[in-house]
Order: sequence, then structure tokens, then C-alpha cells
Amino acid sequence: MNNTESQVASYSEMYSAIDNWWGLIEAYLPQFWPATIIVLEVTILSIILSWVCGLLCALGKASTLKILRYPAEFYLWFVRGTPLLTQIFLIYFGLPQMGIDLDPFGAGVVALGVNGGAYVAEIIRGGLLSIPKGQSESATALGMTYFQLMRGIILPQVIRVIIPPITNDAATTLKNTSLLSTITIMELMLQTQVIVSSTFRPFEFYILVSIIYLLLTSVFMVALRWVERRHELAY
Amino acid sequence: MNTSSSLLEIINLRKSFGSTQVLNGVNLRVDRGEVIAIIGVSGSGKSTLLRCVNLLEEPTQGQLIFDGREINYGEQSGGLLKTSRMRAALRTEIGMVFQQFNLWPHKNVLENVIYAPMVVNGVKRADAISNADELLNGIGLLDKREEYPSRLSGGQQQRVAIVRALAMNPKLMLFDEVTSALDPELVGEVLELMANLARDGMTMLVVTHEVGFAREVSDRTIFIDEGLIEEEGPSRELLSNPKSDRTRQFLERVLRNGSLN
Repeated sequence: MNNTESQVASYSEMYSAIDNWWGLIEAYLPQFWPATIIVLEVTILSIILSWVCGLLCALGKASTLKILRYPAEFYLWFVRGTPLLTQIFLIYFGLPQMGIDLDPFGAGVVALGVNGGAYVAEIIRGGLLSIPKGQSESATALGMTYFQLMRGIILPQVIRVIIPPITNDAATTLKNTSLLSTITIMELMLQTQVIVSSTFRPFEFYILVSIIYLLLTSVFMVALRWVERRHELAY
Repeated sequence: MNTSSSLLEIINLRKSFGSTQVLNGVNLRVDRGEVIAIIGVSGSGKSTLLRCVNLLEEPTQGQLIFDGREINYGEQSGGLLKTSRMRAALRTEIGMVFQQFNLWPHKNVLENVIYAPMVVNGVKRADAISNADELLNGIGLLDKREEYPSRLSGGQQQRVAIVRALAMNPKLMLFDEVTSALDPELVGEVLELMANLARDGMTMLVVTHEVGFAREVSDRTIFIDEGLIEEEGPSRELLSNPKSDRTRQFLERVLRNGSLN
């Protein structure tokens, strides 16, 4: 047998060893644990950043002041009109040229947070529009400042409306962390690729990583249902 | 602070939205303790006049003198800072009640009443609560203090809205068609509360469709037509014997239909 033939033989041998799949997964499963932690860390930090960006942007867009409204509109237009992968590369590979040098983790959080912020902003804007004008008018007529009426009257009502879409958005952010494999963050996708390239067992490991992602996103859905039930009790 | 009997003076007030002139130079003096009913067809500018008084709408031109302090619009308008300070003062001292109640659905009755005194005037929570309890007791809704607005009838909601405005100890109360959104059988309880307020000496500007209320409770009635005060006078006199043709036509139409709607 020459070299190529022996390689083909060993591939087919490996692919036929389905009976051994559980042992395989058992052997590699511990390596997914640190990657899962990284996914959760990036997700949580990105979500917090996206809420801050989204709230500022939504309030900016609702403002009558052009100096607040125009930057908000540009931000929405740019982020929603370009691919997330482009934004990740722009931040990780592009910004160092401008003197802003982020490590992969920081660049990943910033990219996902800024990206998510545009979608959160649209969700909050929809929530703001759903509150009748009379709600802020009655607060204004009682002498409340913009900040007071936002904090006490409008935002508490907006939060109730936006819980479902904002949870969906959080699940999207979690799934989007997979794109950070392209900038060397050892999250679930990159970890899986590394394992696949040494075991040549793509089917088993991509199924496994899918299950891990499903478990993580399901946590959001369960949490959503819990929060929704808690809010229904109020009014 | 001001010894003159006039609480509010509106001088040559104009308001336009874009190219639409809504108020064309309104002059009105409101004395302390006076109750004034404002009537007119819809679109005549009566709600806009009310909303200009506490600056929910910024007048395009004119002057407001409230309790001795003046605020100018148009050419002689003051600085931005002065305007915004005046605006805040006006709003804390002038209560407003709306057609749609506008209670805050996420706060219960008590919280609706105590929130503004606490955050705007810095009243201590305990003091705000005891004041609110007293006011709610006065309208017979003390037992509803923990309820959310959605559990109250329209009439109850509107009475809570009135109490919410009263909790700020206003010097002037504005009522913008406050019974128009109510079922007929609920109108009475709200009008009764307003009549009680009037009897207690509250100064009130009441945009209303209720001729009976205007006649029985208000001292003066003004008829607004196309952004101007077409006629004003003591309520009984104006409503039974109007001098202007337009007022007479309006009242005839109203009496034929049974209400001012």
C-alpha cells in the first residue's frame, strides 16, 4: 500500500468506529468546560454593554436635540447595515492601527456589545412608543423632570413590554459568540474545531457543541418565563 | 406671596402649531378662589389654552403672570434658565387632570398619589402617605389604596387622578374635559368631587361639556371660538342669556343635543 491508500483506510476505519462514540465524547468533554465558561463570560459582559448602548441610543433617537439624535441614527444605520463579522474584524484587527489595541476577549465583548446595542435600542424604542403620551404628560404636569419621569414612570413600564424581545436578543448574543472563534478566543466553536481537527470526528463533536448551545439558550427561555410570570402578578 | 386677588393673568396669548393658528390672542384674569368654565366647539382651542397655562404647550407669544411671577413668550421672552425655572414652579403649583385619567398603571393608588410629592417636592415618605390617606379618605377610596388602577372604575380612577394632583398642594387646578371619557353613570361622582373642591375655595379652570356643572358650580363661563374669547360673563347669565350670536348658536345646538358634545 502506498501512502495515500493507507490514509484513506485509516479514515474509513475511524468513521466506522461509531460504537466507540461515547468513549470519545467522555474523553474530550472536560475540554468543553473552560470554553463554556468563556462563552458565558463574554455573553454576560456583552449583554450588559448592549443594554447600556441600547438605552443611550434609544433615548438619543427619541430626543428632539439633533446633537443627540444624529449620532444615534448613524450608530443604528452603521451597526444594522454591516455584518457582525465585519464589525468584529474592524474592532480586533482595525482599531490597533488607530492606537486602540484590545485583546481578543475585550475586542469580542466590545464587538458583541456594540452590535447588540443597536438591536436593543430598537427594542427599547418600540417599548417607549408603546407607552401612551398621557403617561409622561401627567408626570410632567406634576413638575417632574425628564430624568424623574423616565426613571419612575416610563422605563418601569417599558421594561415590562420589552422583556420577551430582550431575552431573545440575549440568546442571539450568546449564539453570536461563536463568531469570536475567528479572533482566537477559545470559546466553544474554536474548541470544537481544535478537537475535530485532531480526532477527525466532526459529526459527534458538532452535535455535542450544538447540545451545549441548546442547554445554554434554554436557560434564557426558562428565565424569561419565570420573569414574565412574576410580572403578570403585579398589575 | 402676592397680595393682589388675581392668581393668574393671561395676556395676549397666541399659540400656533406650524401654520395653524390655535390661539389668536387670549386675555383672561383669574381671581383667587374663582371657578371658570371654558366651553366651545371641539378644535376651538380651549384645551390648548389650558395646556398653555402649565406650559405642556409652549405659547408662541404672550405673557403669563402666575402668583406675581411672569413668563414671557415671543419677542420679549426671558433667558432659557429663567424660563425653565418658571416652568418648573408653574407645574408644581398648578395641578392638571386629563380626560384619560393618565394614572400610572404600574403603581398602586397610594404610590400614584405619593410619588410626585416625594420626588418633586422632597416630602418624606411617611408624611406623603399620611397626606395621601387623608385625601383618599375624603373621597371614600381609602380601602382601595393598595389596588392597581386597572382594578378601579373610570370614575374612581378619575377621582384618584384629582387627588394625585391635589397631593401637590396646587394653587390652581386645571380640568381638561375630565368627564368626557366616563360612562354616564360615573360622571356624577367626579363632578361632585369637583363641586366640593370649588366650595373649599380652590381656584379652577374647567374645560367642560357639562352645561349643568358650568351653571351650578362655576362663577364665570367663557366661550372660546376660533382661538379667541368670544364671550365671557357670570355663568348663569351667559348660559341662559348669551349676547353673542355665535354663543347663542352654540348653546342652542348643545341644548338640542342634550350635552355640549
